[in-house]
Amino acid sequence: MVPESYYVALSAVLFSMGVLGVLIRRNPLVIFMSIELMLNAANLALVALGQRHGTAEGQALVFFVLCVAAAEVAVGLAIIVAIFRLRRRLSVDELSTLRG
Amino acid sequence: MSLFTFAVLAVLAIGSAAGLLLRRNPIHGALFLVVNLATVAALFLTLRAEFLAAVQVIVYAGAIAVLFVFAIMVLIPGKEETGPDPLRGQRWLAVPIVAVFLILLALGLGSGVLGSAAKPAVPGGAEALGRVLFTDYLFPFEVTSVLLLAAIVGVMALTKRRA
Repeated sequence: MVPESYYVALSAVLFSMGVLGVLIRRNPLVIFMSIELMLNAANLALVALGQRHGTAEGQALVFFVLCVAAAEVAVGLAIIVAIFRLRRRLSVDELSTLRG
Repeated sequence: MSLFTFAVLAVLAIGSAAGLLLRRNPIHGALFLVVNLATVAALFLTLRAEFLAAVQVIVYAGAIAVLFVFAIMVLIPGKEETGPDPLRGQRWLAVPIVAVFLILLALGLGSGVLGSAAKPAVPGGAEALGRVLFTDYLFPFEVTSVLLLAAIVGVMALTKRRA
């Protein structure tokens, strides 16, 4: 049996890669996929720690994270499509209308 | 043997995440994301969370990945990241910042979260999870339905073309 700390370490690495993706990419779709990467890393840590503590509550939390992620992706992609209709270009650096 | 399985899955997960970060074409990124999600589902299986592994494949690799690919096809991207980068210096700064973040994360995780004694893992079938969801977490479970309904209505309001 692999110790759960290995899973938590892997999830920390995956989460950091998601953060890196949000920081270095310009395409909002890829930024969105990086956010999914981070959510998945958190799910992995939740399942691993839940199994370590011998409860099913970590898995219940993962279930809720899945629901929130599904809603978030649907709304977020709708927002990206609406922005694309307005601007005809997709780059997060150009969305600076609110800059003071 | 289980360590070998874990190592293969970890390499696959990190490699597909790196592919998502490095490939310029978002459709390649979406396919790498599918590989990553399926790998995490396999990791759930090795943690004996069978129900969540199935849900992960159905919801993430099924629904969410299809939604991403569909959005990519609607938006016809591929030319966004070709021009000069207005924030080039900041982007190079991102790598050391994330490295520091990872170190801090490792220090925090290593300092006691994992310290307690391991208990036997619970079975991860639909029965154990359903028992928790429909007793202790019944109210959040019902609120989830409101959340999904709000998402449906919000998406329809956002994407409706004004006539």
